[in-house]
Amino acid sequence: MITVHKLVKRFGMKTVLRGLDFEVQPGEFVAIFGPNGAGKTTFLRILASLSRPSLGEVSVAGYRLPDQAAAVRARLGVVSHLPLLYGDLTAEENLRFFGRLYGVSNIESRIMEVLEMVGLASRRRDLVRTFSRGMQQRLAIGRAVFHDPDVMLFDEPYTGLDQDASAMLDDVLRSVAAKGRTVVMTSHDLMRAEALATRFDILSRGVIVASATRKQLGKSKLLSFYEKALTD
Amino acid sequence: MTTAINHQPPRPSFLKATFAVTWKDLTAEFRSHELFSAMLVFSLLVILIFNFALELDITTRQSVTAGVLWVTFAFAGTLGLNRSMAVEKDRGCLDGLLLAPVDRSAIYFGKAISNLVFMLIVEVIVLPVYSFLYNVNLFNPGLFLVILLGSIGYIAVGTLLASMAIQARTRDVLLPILLFPVAVPVLIAAVKASEGFLAGSDFSTIYAPFSLLIGYDVIFIAVAYMVFDYVVAE
Repeated sequence: MITVHKLVKRFGMKTVLRGLDFEVQPGEFVAIFGPNGAGKTTFLRILASLSRPSLGEVSVAGYRLPDQAAAVRARLGVVSHLPLLYGDLTAEENLRFFGRLYGVSNIESRIMEVLEMVGLASRRRDLVRTFSRGMQQRLAIGRAVFHDPDVMLFDEPYTGLDQDASAMLDDVLRSVAAKGRTVVMTSHDLMRAEALATRFDILSRGVIVASATRKQLGKSKLLSFYEKALTD
Repeated sequence: MTTAINHQPPRPSFLKATFAVTWKDLTAEFRSHELFSAMLVFSLLVILIFNFALELDITTRQSVTAGVLWVTFAFAGTLGLNRSMAVEKDRGCLDGLLLAPVDRSAIYFGKAISNLVFMLIVEVIVLPVYSFLYNVNLFNPGLFLVILLGSIGYIAVGTLLASMAIQARTRDVLLPILLFPVAVPVLIAAVKASEGFLAGSDFSTIYAPFSLLIGYDVIFIAVAYMVFDYVVAE
């Protein structure tokens, strides 16, 4: 579903990604961990077609980036630590707007379906700027799944959320993954990601330094796997 | 290489995507009035300050009308352009727009149309106020056409440059520095053509600035259509 080969990303003289290789099978839920500045957000922005690779090959859902970016974007849902929502529009107006941009045909019925999925049906006519951070993040997920994408990218979705909001987000993420979607998530929250993901990759200094599936990890703790990968 | 997923997700037409962006901007603005009220108050203050600062006699007032009007429109327009793009950047909404599977120039046209609507509304309010304060008759269909063409040109280039300036930390300062030199031809042509229509000159004397206005509009709309994708790319 996602294939990345020898990916390099430079910003001027600074090299952020250094020949990164990465592959995700359909239906996998991959969590990417790494210290600050490891290149996680840059990597996700390239997969989302928001940034161009300096070198290397990237394909998502079988379409090459950046040449076939529009085809990739149609099959992609992205959630970042920013909500990507308009505060002066209501929840349903935000979804209606993005539904129009994605050419969704049955917008009105889809709005109710998605708002019920993220638990915001009763707040559908409220302005998004009156929402708490947790509610905004749930609506952001609703926006990302609105066009029923095959691949979901989550960039630090738990940033700024309290425990209750994070727990609620876990449920929404589980329901997103349960539909057989391919999910790639970056996070600093090892515990939450451990409960959700089927594979764990460690990104450090621009390359994947370790990778293990839930099965391979067995009973060993994700934290020790993470620490070992960074010290090796 | 993985196999491409064959099912084709729906993609909206260029016009539908443009309309969606314009609808979003107008709905948000008519609810918050943030951009429009700033532009309007600023415009009214500028013409009020000019009125007191210049203390002109009736004949001189006629001759400076076009200049004062276009300075007011240009400053207010810049304020609106900055704010319009800041809304997209502050909450990461620009990324949300760029993630949509649409021709990115549709996003440009959507933003440009809404910016033009805001500028035209401000102009419709400023004209009678100016007319009252300066005791100058501005009801002239030729002048209205020049204001429309000048505003289209100014917004066409302004929306493009605002999309570029938004990436910088110093965006508030950067936009006027980028915009005013590029907008000089459209402002000069608009002032000359407005002066001509207000003075009741023969169309042959207005023809050159009028043609320049039309040419500028066509060129910058075409340039924006071609380069917007590169301008918003990282």
